[in-house]
Amino acid sequence: MLQQISGSIAVAEAVALCRPEVVPCYPITPQTHIVEHISTLVKSGQLKNCTYENVESEFASMSLCIGASAAGSRTYTATASQGLLFMMEAVYNASGLSLPIVMTLGNRAIGAPINIWNDHSDAMSVRDAGWIQLFVESNQQALDVHIQAFKLAEALSLPVMVNMDGFILTHAITRVDMPTQEQVDQFLPPFVPRQKLDTEAPLSIGAMVGPDAFTEVRYLAHHKQKEALSIIEQQAEEFQGIFGRDSGGLIKSYYAEDAEIVFVAMGSVIGTMQELVEELREEGHSVGILSIRSFRPFPANAIDKALANTRHAIIFEKSFAVGMGGVLASEIHMATVANDLKISSVIGGLGGRTITKKSLRKIIESAMQDELDTEVFLDLEGTTVVRELRRQQEEQNSGPVAENILRDMGVVSASKTH
Amino acid sequence: MSNQDSNTDIPCEQQTVKFYQTGTFTVGNRLLDEGCRTVQATAERANSLDSGHRACQGCGQALGARYALDAAMRATDNKIIAANATGCLEVFTTPYPETAWSIPWVHSLFGNVAAVASGIAASLKAKGDTTTRVIAQGGDGGTTDIGFGCLSGMFDRNDDVLYICYDNGGYMNTGVQRSSATPPAARTATTMPVGDNPGSSFTTGKFLPAIAMAHEIPYVATASVHDLHDLERKVEKAMTFRGARYIQINVPCPLGWGSQPALTIKLSRMGVECGLVPLFEAENGKLTDSTKIRYRIPVEDYLKLQRRFAHVLKPQNTHQLDAIRQIAEDNIKRYNLV
Repeated sequence: MLQQISGSIAVAEAVALCRPEVVPCYPITPQTHIVEHISTLVKSGQLKNCTYENVESEFASMSLCIGASAAGSRTYTATASQGLLFMMEAVYNASGLSLPIVMTLGNRAIGAPINIWNDHSDAMSVRDAGWIQLFVESNQQALDVHIQAFKLAEALSLPVMVNMDGFILTHAITRVDMPTQEQVDQFLPPFVPRQKLDTEAPLSIGAMVGPDAFTEVRYLAHHKQKEALSIIEQQAEEFQGIFGRDSGGLIKSYYAEDAEIVFVAMGSVIGTMQELVEELREEGHSVGILSIRSFRPFPANAIDKALANTRHAIIFEKSFAVGMGGVLASEIHMATVANDLKISSVIGGLGGRTITKKSLRKIIESAMQDELDTEVFLDLEGTTVVRELRRQQEEQNSGPVAENILRDMGVVSASKTH
Repeated sequence: MSNQDSNTDIPCEQQTVKFYQTGTFTVGNRLLDEGCRTVQATAERANSLDSGHRACQGCGQALGARYALDAAMRATDNKIIAANATGCLEVFTTPYPETAWSIPWVHSLFGNVAAVASGIAASLKAKGDTTTRVIAQGGDGGTTDIGFGCLSGMFDRNDDVLYICYDNGGYMNTGVQRSSATPPAARTATTMPVGDNPGSSFTTGKFLPAIAMAHEIPYVATASVHDLHDLERKVEKAMTFRGARYIQINVPCPLGWGSQPALTIKLSRMGVECGLVPLFEAENGKLTDSTKIRYRIPVEDYLKLQRRFAHVLKPQNTHQLDAIRQIAEDNIKRYNLV
């Protein structure tokens, strides 16, 4: 059924259709509307046989998920940013214990400086945590991929994180096609746990593992993620068969196979890029886009194949490893190392800065003229940076960086002179 | 408590039995009717925590856990799921691939056992399972320090979990460092007996039973491993309540306390008899009962058997001994121990 709703409500409704049994939640912007809506669905009796727990922290939230999932319940939660960091220890634990928990991450920057707006720093902070990490481009995909996430998690007995851009998707009211309960039930069978705390068949979960077996346990986690590569593709096909939509999968190419210059990115920025690429192709330029929908497992072979005919890949990321650079860029470099592929890393959209079609066009035009650097920070205010660097050189007590820059840029009226 | 095998018609809880035999401190299980005897006396005991684990000699925690869990099993017709915080109990019971647990058991992290147990309880609730019950267990560090937020949250939501804290007064698994349950003046690896105020500070610490009572949860109790009958009774009583319950068990630790393994039971008893370990019960935030001290002993008799307090008994540290005596006095008044 077509509905005009926000991304958060769409996700909450989709999760409810998946019949979760335990949903522990702690509110954090921009995920709040998801947990509020599920709370109402449970409290009003619309979502039956589900325990909703309003807990005291994200650490508790993921810990309740661990207990509930180990006890054999389909379990869901949502978080973002600082909340993900606060639950970090339990995030690793959930995957280490192979518990098929599904979690939405309403992607948001990480402080300091505190910033509640969108980027992908939170998702990247857990890139080695053993979770499957999927990214969505639109609210329709967000809704669809959550339904697939439960099936994927339970097929592999691994936790799955669905990444949707905070505000840009969570708060955007768009038209979505909400599936029926019958469709979801047809796609998603009841949860049969691989391991369960059961008084009839007692077992110990979470034993100490020493050097004698730790490598094997960790290797198996890696192996399972690689198995996920084919399962994700199969499930996307099966989903299309029932729901009639292409959602999910490992990657999505928009003209990438026959384009000289290709944008590679994850999440909602693909929408902006699509508009730009349509314009540029009309102008006769050989450009395309490769959307990475599964970041973990990382579909290296599929990416390598998709970029086989590409001359120059521009990897666009909403986060970076400080002191190193673009994470996706370096992973794509690894994936395509046998190709004669030029790679540029563009970092943009940090802390919610708008990514305009105009700025992206500048990037791609300089690539066309072979003038694009290997590392670019989109729309960086160079003069502000230089001014602050000079200040730090000249004064030992130059003060807090964030406040200095805000003052220089006239963002706030500075009460303090320095 | 079952009265099936009783020789008399008097219900167990009404039988007046002299537990302590004259001239000794022995708790006389055999003075009770068979059906009223403590759970370890029966062949049907669950052996939730089985033999073959790797606890130290004289470990009070292994003893406390074994009796607490079996009592809970008896009270629930063997329907217990246990969650465990990281710590001694977790490490010595489950070195991969061995396990000493014959009940469903999960270990997640150091600081989240109360929340993991809440999650299990939430799962049982969603499935409509009202017979299976949940126990969370951890040491004092995992309870009063790193796991405190999750525990308070579990109390606040009144989740149907019995939390058992095995209190040995420090981070013994990590190498005997101070926790907020370490007694004042005690030597630990982070509070060495050096300087003007040797050992742990005389700050307030955290007496978790009182904090649990402040949450007004249905049931709070303290117990100690010298009186296993009392411990079992409190665990079984806890299982008659729904909602969040808290039991703190005093468990001597030969390694951390610097005491003889053979003295674990004696030290457990002496802690109670000198007034430093008050045994009581509370319901909905109100004290309902406390165990009277039978033969009050001076605190120094208790302290001198533990190397962690050796410096307290030196002449230059009488101010510390006086302060500890005062703590015992305050406990006796506050918890009505004489």
